[in-house]
Amino acid sequence: MKIVVMCGIGLGTSAILKVNAERALERLEIDASVLATDVAGVRAAAADAQVILTSSELVDAIGKTNADVIVINNYFDVDELVVKLDIALGS
Amino acid sequence: MSLPHLPLDAITIGAHADDWPAAITAAGDALVRSGAATSAYTERMIGVIREFGAYIVIAPGLALAHARPGADVLTDGLCVVTLVEPVAFGHPHNDPVSVIVGLAVAGADDHLQFVAELANVFNDPTVIPALAGATNAEFVQSVFDRTAS
Repeated sequence: MKIVVMCGIGLGTSAILKVNAERALERLEIDASVLATDVAGVRAAAADAQVILTSSELVDAIGKTNADVIVINNYFDVDELVVKLDIALGS
Repeated sequence: MSLPHLPLDAITIGAHADDWPAAITAAGDALVRSGAATSAYTERMIGVIREFGAYIVIAPGLALAHARPGADVLTDGLCVVTLVEPVAFGHPHNDPVSVIVGLAVAGADDHLQFVAELANVFNDPTVIPALAGATNAEFVQSVFDRTAS
């Protein structure tokens, strides 16, 4: 399973989201790879991804995708990530 | 790789900012003052928000100001600015912002690891309010140095 985290320039905020998404997946005991990307690269990166995690501000920039787009409000709140990933990936 | 040391001259307590570009400029000034970047980097941090929006407001009250590595980054650096009056960045959930963490990274490869360390600092939900209420730079420095080791 593949999860993409996206921010504007692909470093900085997406790196934080990647670390905490990995912590959430570990808690859910879900085996998935998490890839950080930027607006420019999201289409290619998400082609075979199940989920895209990003900010509410960037949802429109994703365009058409088959992945579930999940908006994360607080990037430091692993509990928020656990709840939203659990709903999306259903365990 | 741990966070770069946060020097006292990269910390501004109680800055006044009328709007978000002024708040980002305060963070840029702190990076310039501490020798991490030139003022051109400040403009690029503002440009990221103009291009992509307020997504850098990644938690309630906290903005992570940064841009891509570039010639205007002199060395890896971190700064912290607290605002007297919180400023709206235009984020639907996390406004207003009272703490700005500024990040300058010389090489793209460094970025991931050292930003991951920031997650370790801020995963403690008491940290943002504590920083927002800080009355001196030494306190802010201690918050970051505690987790840097």
